[in-house]
Amino acid sequence: MDEYQNRPSNGFHGDCCGSKAPLDTFPIYQAEADDHPCCGPPAGPPSSPDERPGYRMCGFVAAFVDTAIGRVPCVSTKLNGEDRMGTLRMRLGYGRNDYIVAPGLYAVGRPDQDAAVLVTANYKLSFDHLRRELTGADAWILVVDTRGINVWCAAGKGTFGTEELIRRVRQTRLGELVRHRRLILPQLGATGVAAHLVKRGCGFEVVWGPVLARDILSFLEADLKADPAMRRVTFTLVERLVLIPVEVTLLRKYLLWALGGIVLLSGIGPAIFSLSFAWERGLLAVASILVGIFAGAVLVPMLLPWIPGRAFALKGTITGLASSLLFVAVVRANPLISLGTALTLVMFSTVVSSFLAMNFTGSTPFTSPSGVEREMRVAIPAQMGLALISMGIWIATAF
Amino acid sequence: MKSIRYIDDVATLSLDEQQCVGCGMCVSVCPHGVLELNGRKAHVVDLNGCMECGGCANNCPTGAITVTPGVGCAGYIIQSWIKGKENASCGGAGCC
Repeated sequence: MDEYQNRPSNGFHGDCCGSKAPLDTFPIYQAEADDHPCCGPPAGPPSSPDERPGYRMCGFVAAFVDTAIGRVPCVSTKLNGEDRMGTLRMRLGYGRNDYIVAPGLYAVGRPDQDAAVLVTANYKLSFDHLRRELTGADAWILVVDTRGINVWCAAGKGTFGTEELIRRVRQTRLGELVRHRRLILPQLGATGVAAHLVKRGCGFEVVWGPVLARDILSFLEADLKADPAMRRVTFTLVERLVLIPVEVTLLRKYLLWALGGIVLLSGIGPAIFSLSFAWERGLLAVASILVGIFAGAVLVPMLLPWIPGRAFALKGTITGLASSLLFVAVVRANPLISLGTALTLVMFSTVVSSFLAMNFTGSTPFTSPSGVEREMRVAIPAQMGLALISMGIWIATAF
Repeated sequence: MKSIRYIDDVATLSLDEQQCVGCGMCVSVCPHGVLELNGRKAHVVDLNGCMECGGCANNCPTGAITVTPGVGCAGYIIQSWIKGKENASCGGAGCC
């Protein structure tokens, strides 16, 4: 003990304010006995017995329940501030590659061995969507490892798939937890999961639940029957609007390059390169590209059903033309802008809008790959040609 | 989806009614109502509504349905043109 007694006070011995005599006990005993630390704000609550070294408690876990297969986290059906912040971050497109929950079993309410087992992806947004719809339900949630991707996209890639599901059922020893042999899967998981192979692989029958988590309670109450509307994918105005921020913010990694490039291009002129050209003409070109982004990544998703045409590249061409003509009508008030310049600005906006609209196919739940490929075979050469021609004219108009 | 339609006459979906056992799994999983169970067989009732997700074919126990499944995403298709199908990922705009 001498060794501890003779050590100079360093805060670990309890005499952090210097008013107490050095203690003759090992610091850890002292910490337990003293409920009132002498400095700083009052101490927080004691650590939970469920904490484990090297693990972090998740804010959405309300408690742990003892089961035949060990302690299972019981999750809250209310989203807290942290969950809502996370949802906002995902909607804005920040940190989407690392928004995950640990795969495995979770409980909601007070499930017993007859309770339903709901399967979902380990993208936290998917998980949150499901649990917030489960208020009042008693169920198990089986989270499979989709590498943090939502059910629909992960099913397309095969990570929300037959093999992973069978593996996860075995690994969690689900068969020892519940008496029935039924898994309820979101309908959009069908692309990756083959029900008959799951049955063969682990003995569990797959029941296809509704497309949207919003309908899961009615589905459970209706004895696992989905009415036709629950089986259909929709793409309503609200569903389209929430996608717009991601469409725009994910452009940021290309945007600086594109804008920098166009400013440089704008500086080319009779003096080989002129900074004042780069500034004046560059500003116009940058504005026309921003108009194109607005037309392709905001207007197209927003007005999708009402824009004429089936091909997205065509829809983007239409909104791009309309927006840029309006833009040019405004800037043409400045008599220094020639007709050639104005025309080129329209072309810039239209190319950008058409390309971005075409890329929006990936965010919709109804475009077939055959159709996308069909339109791209026409659209890509047209877009590239128009981009090259417009850049050529842009340089030419400087002379 | 009846309200928003995509390009017609391109879907690769086909159903061999000879092999169909009428289990109705394809009808359950299709999110666009492309298939219907009529009597003891499934039928394609809205081919142009098909987005070729492949959920029906994947869940057909007798292999009666064929479709070339894929991601209807331009960003993905561009990548598969450049890097080949194995290395393509969406990663572009808002898609997966």
